[in-house]
Amino acid sequence: MTDTARPSTPATAAAKHLKRRRAADGRFRYYGLSAILVALGALAILVLTIGSQALSAATYNVVRYDITLDPAVIAPDGATRPEDISRNVEGFYSLVRDNLLATFPEAQADRESRRELSDFATRLAVLPTARMVARNPELVGGAITLTAPLNDDLDLYLKGQGVRERKVKAGTVSVGQAGEDGLYALTGAGAFDPLLAALVVATDDLADDASAPGVLLTAGVSTGRLTNITSASARLELLTGQAQDFANARPVARIIVSPEAERTVSDHQIAWTLALKAMGRVDRVLRTTLLTNSDSTYPELAGGLSAIVGSLLTMLVTALVAMPIGILAAVYLEEFAPRNRITEFIEVNINNLAAVPSIVFGLLGAALYINFLGMPRSAPLVGGLVLALMTFPVVIIASRAALKAVPPSVRSGALAVGASQMQTVFHHVVPLAAPGMLTGAILGMARALGETAPLLLIGMVAFVGDVPKGPMDESTVMPVLIFSWSNNAERAWEPLTAALIVILLAFLLLMNGLVVFLRRKYERRW
Amino acid sequence: MDTTQGGPVMVDDSLTLPQASDAGPRIDCRNIKVFYGEAQAIHDVSISFPDRAVTSLIGPSGCGKSTFLRCLNRMNDTIENCRVEGEILMDGENINDADIDPVLLRSRVGMVFQKPNPFPKSIYDNIAYGPRIHGLANGREDLDAIVEKSLRRAGLWDEVKDRLMAPGTSLSGGQQQRLCIARAIAVQPEVILMDEPCSALDPIATARIEELIDDLRSRYCIVIVTHSMQQAARVSQRTAFFHLGHIVELGETNQIFTNPREKRTEDYITGRYG
Repeated sequence: MTDTARPSTPATAAAKHLKRRRAADGRFRYYGLSAILVALGALAILVLTIGSQALSAATYNVVRYDITLDPAVIAPDGATRPEDISRNVEGFYSLVRDNLLATFPEAQADRESRRELSDFATRLAVLPTARMVARNPELVGGAITLTAPLNDDLDLYLKGQGVRERKVKAGTVSVGQAGEDGLYALTGAGAFDPLLAALVVATDDLADDASAPGVLLTAGVSTGRLTNITSASARLELLTGQAQDFANARPVARIIVSPEAERTVSDHQIAWTLALKAMGRVDRVLRTTLLTNSDSTYPELAGGLSAIVGSLLTMLVTALVAMPIGILAAVYLEEFAPRNRITEFIEVNINNLAAVPSIVFGLLGAALYINFLGMPRSAPLVGGLVLALMTFPVVIIASRAALKAVPPSVRSGALAVGASQMQTVFHHVVPLAAPGMLTGAILGMARALGETAPLLLIGMVAFVGDVPKGPMDESTVMPVLIFSWSNNAERAWEPLTAALIVILLAFLLLMNGLVVFLRRKYERRW
Repeated sequence: MDTTQGGPVMVDDSLTLPQASDAGPRIDCRNIKVFYGEAQAIHDVSISFPDRAVTSLIGPSGCGKSTFLRCLNRMNDTIENCRVEGEILMDGENINDADIDPVLLRSRVGMVFQKPNPFPKSIYDNIAYGPRIHGLANGREDLDAIVEKSLRRAGLWDEVKDRLMAPGTSLSGGQQQRLCIARAIAVQPEVILMDEPCSALDPIATARIEELIDDLRSRYCIVIVTHSMQQAARVSQRTAFFHLGHIVELGETNQIFTNPREKRTEDYITGRYG
């Protein structure tokens, strides 16, 4: 008790510092916490941006076409063999085109309209159906429903991403007779007031010299272009459907700010798309083709299968080369090699090798494997070998760390019962180090899976439409395909790229999950 | 002695050492010098270890007891920069000769370490590992018999017989150390080296190990390094006092502890330094 009275005792001196020490503790904890929050925030932003992009590519719009498989078209001149039928893309496509023309006869009018309408489905979109019919030739002559993905721009339009538009409901109108210019007069007291108000808002943020926004009016399957809009009347240029559809309905007006010439979809195409949708022929379905189709120049047909298979083949080669070499080198260096200048030199250079930029390995691979050894370009074999060069220093370093972590008492215990050095290492040390070694190896592989630069240099960036059947086939890999797709100009590639990134991330997560699983399962305590 | 009744007779025979002449030294060390790089850790130590007796090496920390002990099964080979000079004769052969395989030597000279270091495997595999790699067992039954015999000799059988497949590391510290002793005797050594086998154990476990050492004395030549003077007095028949890499005094344990010839020995055992 007397101690507290005297300020100079060690206890009181320590008490004076205590507050500052506590504060330093607390500060440090806040720094750590904020660092973690920043990291989490960055991760959340990444996941949200890529995820939301990818989500829009996860589904797409397909159109159903009820067609009759006319033998004269499907199997002309008796070409009824399955391979003839499956190759007859043009025949199937003409059925689709005829179906579209029958649905929208107004497109017959001119060449341009016919082209715009036939853009709805690409030729290659009928290929799955052609193959299906080839497998079941009894279908020829009957009626089937062909499903083909909608053109990517129209797909984006339906998803609300392609064209900026504002929807306004108009009032009830009555429809007059078509005038000499083919335009219909729509009348209805105050029917267009909301539209006029919306037009004012829409034109407000436009530059002065911009053209006036277009207005489309839709009722059921019919759509037309509106002009001369006043509060109670407007003139309708019918694009598709019947003028009578607008009578006694409350049509929807769409204000489209960007002029038709600057859009990827024309007013006609929008009208037809809306009509197909109103007919219930458009379904938004899960885009499984992303996993089952190969690369394509058409975004609505493109998928990542060839790249996924290419990545798997490449990883297989990398694993078969890098893991044995890396693990054996690590075991030798850590357990058997004498410590001298040579091993020290090797050790330093392995560390250097792990720090070499990956593109250098690509150059090395191109020079060594392709130019010198004459291996095929763009092949998973070469890609895997290049990535193995890049991966095995990482595997060596991780494996050596795992071996170092095995306590020496295990080694001396084994040696003391008369185990030879190799028995000691392979019966006792390596099993204990195995989870750590595998972790290092898999993490190295995960890095290789996401590698782009070295593979560009050995030609894996080429367009590959077929799924590679073996490691010598031409192929590409996921990160390179992501790179290629992100270079494409069309807007539809953007969400597709994001979706492929999500697939790649899923593979990486799978590998990291494997690491966690192996650690949990095989990690032994001693 | 249910040990002799339980197992097959053949195995029992193979585990029993031939009768050696009583006074004959099992190991004879002459002018041993050990260097770590340039530093000399052991200076000209000459000592012999009789069969069927326990010899304890005592001395202050860093005096070279453990280093010397590790010469006897050439565990120093695994330490880089470590060089051993001098002759260690076992059955008339110098174990430091180049043509002696340390692997074979270690099957004849078992070792128990300071900290129990069972393999992270099952109790059974801990014992069976040595016989397996040396090819001492013909088939599963033979191996089972060796495991049982070794565990019985180490006084552990009754405690673990129902959980032979449990990991060795799940045992208590004292049990682990007896497991390590069982592991050492499973390969039928002639000599057992113990490097402070009880320093990590509580008094009860220590007492059990000491009892065990006393039992094992009838079959093996045992060399034990210990920091506990009482332990040396209790378990050993001969004692050597090491100091700064030299043997200061060597003699009967009774004599060393009751009537040391050297002043330094007396100072050490009475706790005046060390």
